[in-house]
Amino acid sequence: MTPNDIIIRTENLTRHFGDVVAVQDLTLDVLAGEVFGFLGHNGAGKTTTVRLLNGILGATSGAVEVLGLNPLTDGPALRRRTGVLTETPSLDDRLTANETLTVYGRLYGVDRGRLRTRVGELLEQFDLLDRGDDLVGGFSRGMRQRLALARTLLHDPEVIFLDEPTAGLDPVGRRAVHDLITELSRSGGRTIFMCTHDLAEAQKLCGRVGVMGQGALVALGTPEELAHSLQKGVRLEIELDERPGPTLLAPQTETPAPTSFRPTLTWDEVTHIASTWLPTRASIPGLIDTLVASGARIYGVKRQEPSLEDVYFALHDRREGIPPEEAPSPETSYEWQ
Amino acid sequence: MNGNKLDWRAIRAVAERDLMIVRRSKNVLLPIILVPLLLLVIIPGAIGFLGSAMDVGSDIEDLERFLTMMPEPMKTQFEQYTENQTMVVFILVYTFAPMFLILPMMTASSIAAGSFAGEKERKTMEALLYTPTTDLELMTGKMLTAWIPAILVTLVGFVLYSVVVNVSAWQTMGRIFFPNAMWVVLILWLAPASAGLGLGTMVLVSSKVNTYQDAYQLGSMVVLPVILLILGQVGGVIYLNVTFVLAAGLLLWIVDATILWFAVKTFRRSEIIARL
Repeated sequence: MTPNDIIIRTENLTRHFGDVVAVQDLTLDVLAGEVFGFLGHNGAGKTTTVRLLNGILGATSGAVEVLGLNPLTDGPALRRRTGVLTETPSLDDRLTANETLTVYGRLYGVDRGRLRTRVGELLEQFDLLDRGDDLVGGFSRGMRQRLALARTLLHDPEVIFLDEPTAGLDPVGRRAVHDLITELSRSGGRTIFMCTHDLAEAQKLCGRVGVMGQGALVALGTPEELAHSLQKGVRLEIELDERPGPTLLAPQTETPAPTSFRPTLTWDEVTHIASTWLPTRASIPGLIDTLVASGARIYGVKRQEPSLEDVYFALHDRREGIPPEEAPSPETSYEWQ
Repeated sequence: MNGNKLDWRAIRAVAERDLMIVRRSKNVLLPIILVPLLLLVIIPGAIGFLGSAMDVGSDIEDLERFLTMMPEPMKTQFEQYTENQTMVVFILVYTFAPMFLILPMMTASSIAAGSFAGEKERKTMEALLYTPTTDLELMTGKMLTAWIPAILVTLVGFVLYSVVVNVSAWQTMGRIFFPNAMWVVLILWLAPASAGLGLGTMVLVSSKVNTYQDAYQLGSMVVLPVILLILGQVGGVIYLNVTFVLAAGLLLWIVDATILWFAVKTFRRSEIIARL
């Protein structure tokens, strides 16, 4: 399998539950070895999509293909090659960790001779070896999530679907899962389809993301592409010793000349941070020079590119009809008074 | 579901998993042990022991009515008994027989309610649905989970019951009088069909409800025909003989097959996941 192979392909995939539209006209390609982030609020259609992609739910209309198979007609053959971490761990309290993995290993057709070794390896990898013979009922939320992850990887799936993989994990557990996802993708060549609410996680791990809203794909691309598409410019935070001069602060009383742009600084009296949006990063030195010339003492400057979070909320606001935050036009030059 | 042959390793894995869970579920396991113990050991044991001391006088009219309406071959059998022996045989051989229809039905229903609806309630079904097992394999595994213990309870119960009634009624009967041919047919032919009826009904009911309690309560309605059988026998309308048991078994197996056909149609991943 080469990196350009399409592993998941959907075309106008649609699923209705009565009058409720769960997924509408989803058209999407996911490539081999890619970590693809699938974002969206609760009820946006992420979990339904995972179900459609694994053939445990049929589509109302549209086409879907995973690993070259039709999930609905080739479900068993496909599910031998995919692993799914469900949103809730879906573990029975009355089985031990060892029993859970052994039973699922048999269900996934893991070779009898290899199964015992594989279960041991996974229990060790997920730090559950000393709890292998304990009932899952006594496990913490984090331990359950780790066990469910181990179950997902039992049969070395080629495509891994992770629905909120770090939900309920502590920071150490989260980091371990992040490292695992990176490892599976880079060294293992696995394709990962990750549903998440955690935007920082998606930005860190995913090569591309799709954002779902009310069942439809509202944005698709790399986190950088999506951020750029917002055209919000660069946000700057400057820590100063005291409030800057009134001409630099909002609200502006004079209307700037049409060909010029003067940034509006917003001052926070508690943190002593002045913040603003600039058209491009090239505008930064001019603002710093102006501040220095006005006698301000600068303790720190922090530049923030728009994050996936900004993209997500911008898309959310757009859907809700909330007007976007004012941002300068990148084409506008500015001058200082 | 596909047309390929069944993967019995996967079916066994599903059944063994569910049986492990049943073994650790007190609310399912306790009735399966205690009810047979009460119905098949303690109560018949007491009746057997008290047989010789029983005063048949007040019940003699019922007994005579029962004997008069009985088919000829059975009448001949009862004519050789004393009044106390007749009472013991009437109760332990005939009145108790429907218990061996109720027990497998109850056992299968109770386990199936936990295995189908209970699994939905515990939110443990979704991971199973993502495995490569087909719908038919998953359903077969789960049905065996309920059917096998029901048959075991019946067989073990039958052996225990045979020992208890012969030992406890020895003083009255003076010989081994149990089981007769009707009982052998009942245990090997009718009781497994009765378990199938409880099980099939529960699979259908479980597709409509989401909790163990709801499934168990709704599914328990299936016991009504057996209660009619008990009343029919006590009222002298029905006699459990080999022919009747064979015919009832045949009818029940046909009903089972029909229910199973509907159950297979109902047990669809896509339907189950949509209700989770």
